[in-house]
Amino acid sequence: MLLAAGVEPSWYLVLASALFAIGATGLLVRRNPLVMFMCVELMLNAVTLTFVTFSRMLDDIGGQAVVVFVLVVAAAEVVVGLGIIVAIMRRRPDATADDLALLKG
Amino acid sequence: METFVFFVAAAICLAGALGVVLSKNPVHSALSLVGTLFGVAVLFVAQNANFLAAVQVIIYAGAIVVLFLFVIMLLGVDRAENLSVDPLVGQRAAAIVAGVAIFALPVAALATTGWDATGAIANLGSVSDSAVPDVEGIGRVLFTRYIFALEITSILLAIAVVGAVMLAKKSPKAADMIVDLPARPTSTDADADAASADATSEEGTA
Repeated sequence: MLLAAGVEPSWYLVLASALFAIGATGLLVRRNPLVMFMCVELMLNAVTLTFVTFSRMLDDIGGQAVVVFVLVVAAAEVVVGLGIIVAIMRRRPDATADDLALLKG
Repeated sequence: METFVFFVAAAICLAGALGVVLSKNPVHSALSLVGTLFGVAVLFVAQNANFLAAVQVIIYAGAIVVLFLFVIMLLGVDRAENLSVDPLVGQRAAAIVAGVAIFALPVAALATTGWDATGAIANLGSVSDSAVPDVEGIGRVLFTRYIFALEITSILLAIAVVGAVMLAKKSPKAADMIVDLPARPTSTDADADAASADATSEEGTA
């Protein structure tokens, strides 16, 4: 029955929210900074999928243009974030996110 | 046909996402992330966003995941993390509850709209118009309506490059400030290290 119905655009939105929820849960559960970073990428991808889906639902190219900006910001974020992680891990290879509490004062 | 593509790509996406979260080894997480990114690229193609699908594979799967793997290998942190230890009591259960809520809220909001988009009017150019390819449409929008945002992203990229160089320098002041961490040797760390040593040696021989 599902196969005969054709793809509703809302299915993409449900899938995107599932991806976002998995990424958010992983971000809260995992302790390795690198894996937490990958979970952030997962959430960003869920959002880009949402943008492309709405771009199709509303027949507006603007949604796809925003995805380009998301990609650029994600690339910049990964570069700086991995730089910070490398600087931390060089000194303490076994550091987890729990050890990075310096801002608590 | 699109239904078949959707379900296969959705299964790849969800399996990859669960792999990222549940893999003990960061290398396996990174490789699962490639699966998710590829599935999202397929879904882009299914929705006529061909340019974005290509960019997704080139930038995300090609550059960002390779950067992740490079850092993992460079630092030698490709060791297993002990997922059975809950560092903060109750945090894992709370995280799962939060994840379910994050999934349920947008779906509920979508259900109240009758599983359809709100009635905004498209004004930036058509996606379905086959006379205008999506590359041309995106370029036209980027260099007219979003020209200031585009210029700001160029500044952002320049700042990111400067920041990465500063962080990667041998003895920069900024990096010195963030890496002076107090030592925190605990018994669980020792256990994790012992478990990780096995995993590392296996990785080395493989």
